[in-house]
Amino acid sequence: MKALRYRGSDLLFVVCVYSFLLLSLLVVGLPFFYVITSSFTTEHEYLSRGFFLIPREWTIEAYGYLLHNRNFLQAFENSIMITFFGTLINIVLTSLMAYGLSKSWLKGRRLLNFMVLFSMIFAGGLIPTYLVTRELGLLNSYWALFLNSAIAPFNLIVMRSFFQAIPTELEEAAKIDGSSEYRIFVQIMLPLSLPALATFTLFYAVFNWNTYFYAILFLNNSSDWPLQVFLRQMLIESDQSMEADAGMFQYTPAVKMAAVLVSSAPLLVVYPFLQKYFNKGMLLGSVKG
Amino acid sequence: MQQQRFSNPVLFVKNRIKQASWTHWKRGIPLYVMILPGLLYFLIFRYLPMGGIIIAFQDFNPFSGHSGSEWVGLAQFERLFSDVDFWPLLKNTLLLSALNLFLFFPAPIALALAINEVRLRWFRKAVQTALYMPHFLSWVVVVGMTITLFATQDGTVNKLLASLGLNRIEVMTDPAYFRYVYVLQNIWKEAGWNAIIFLAALAAVNPALYEAGVMDGASRWQLIWHVTLPAIRSTIIVLFILRLGDVLDIGFEHIYLLQNSLNLQVSDVFDTYVYRTGVLQGEFSYTTAVGLFKSVVGLILIASSNYLFRKFGEEGVY
Repeated sequence: MKALRYRGSDLLFVVCVYSFLLLSLLVVGLPFFYVITSSFTTEHEYLSRGFFLIPREWTIEAYGYLLHNRNFLQAFENSIMITFFGTLINIVLTSLMAYGLSKSWLKGRRLLNFMVLFSMIFAGGLIPTYLVTRELGLLNSYWALFLNSAIAPFNLIVMRSFFQAIPTELEEAAKIDGSSEYRIFVQIMLPLSLPALATFTLFYAVFNWNTYFYAILFLNNSSDWPLQVFLRQMLIESDQSMEADAGMFQYTPAVKMAAVLVSSAPLLVVYPFLQKYFNKGMLLGSVKG
Repeated sequence: MQQQRFSNPVLFVKNRIKQASWTHWKRGIPLYVMILPGLLYFLIFRYLPMGGIIIAFQDFNPFSGHSGSEWVGLAQFERLFSDVDFWPLLKNTLLLSALNLFLFFPAPIALALAINEVRLRWFRKAVQTALYMPHFLSWVVVVGMTITLFATQDGTVNKLLASLGLNRIEVMTDPAYFRYVYVLQNIWKEAGWNAIIFLAALAAVNPALYEAGVMDGASRWQLIWHVTLPAIRSTIIVLFILRLGDVLDIGFEHIYLLQNSLNLQVSDVFDTYVYRTGVLQGEFSYTTAVGLFKSVVGLILIASSNYLFRKFGEEGVY
């Protein structure tokens, strides 16, 4: 009797867990589904038909339009540039510094570690950062973006723990064979920490690809703007200034949604392949500094 | 060498120590070289701006520089505290972060607890992959999607409401919705992703604890309450403290993108105010003071909550 009652409550438990997760899936999935279908919808159907999720008439007009829009292509190209070089700088600087700080015998290590930690809880703020960048003559240059976000302290700390977890015997063996510190780093440490490198490359690439604020803060020429600034004009500003500026060009809903998809696709396609790494990698030293 | 040892042992030892510490330094040189670029980054782009905070105590004029600008003491702060904008800014900022703490913070814990109970491997993996997805979208895209989906005339949500005979809702322009839109977007975008860290903590819980619980006749609800939650308590506390430190730092980009002239009264926070008056209108000194006020409050919150949790026997962050 008693055992039966427990089984009943456990069944209810399982039902609750699965329905909660299915509901979450629905909440996350439906907007995506709708974005995809409406990017293939004709403008006429979108405006004239009531509520629908699947269009009657399918068209790829929006994608054709987008691929011929010079501003979109320019912004896409800029974003690829920013993401490629930005991520390269991120990963090189982060892994070099993380490796250096992973050696417990290094003098001055405590001070450097404190410096990194403190920068996580206190910052100069927006205006001083802006002024320093301006003083250095970096305004209107991609260097302003690259250098201002060269290292994320959190990523640096996690990567440091990663290097620390690699057995020192490997390094000692290489030293006896006469390898220099640089060679050990490049030929032993980096290959061993490929999962970490892959994870952080992804994290940094996401950051760079999605960068918006630094771009409007530091870049004044519209020809330099990355995708996110273009998207903001397309999706948000055009909506708000609809009445104020009747002469402003209006994109159709299908074009807007196609732009959302095309500009999010690169990351959405890549991350499932790296998922097994960041599921594990995040734990290592991530909670404790 | 031999001779020296016997003639002056003190000098010999001193020399050896000097030599040892020099070789110690020398051994580190390649590592210092590797650290150097990162160190320069921290000094120039993280610590130099901290030094730039001094303009909060000046009436900074970009043409005369730091040395040429007049010192005004705490005048900028007096102006801040007597500014008519100050209390609305503080109220908006605190309300939004309170919503974050009480609605957004528990969401990933709930998701992680649910995912952890799933025994079907493929389902577990599929759920994780799907729920991580929104994290990879930018705020521009998330806000833009919301605007299109909830557009008053031809947004699909309002079409649905209209076809059900309900009133259309003006999610993006009615200030009454702003705070909920903000926190719901946060949950939608990041709850799945933030669950990773709790899932990792859950994976480390000793299975023997569950076995013991089952032996004692605990239901699965009781196991969650008496085994799982206590086991990840320290992770929850550490992340809670870190989030407290961000209380006044509530996501500039997200709020800035949601902001429009109609919801400004509820959506204006310190960050957006600093950007508008500082960068766009050139009030550098005043807005640096605003930023400093914000940073210091954050620092005090993180330090005091850390202190309190330690006092109650928890580990804390540092």
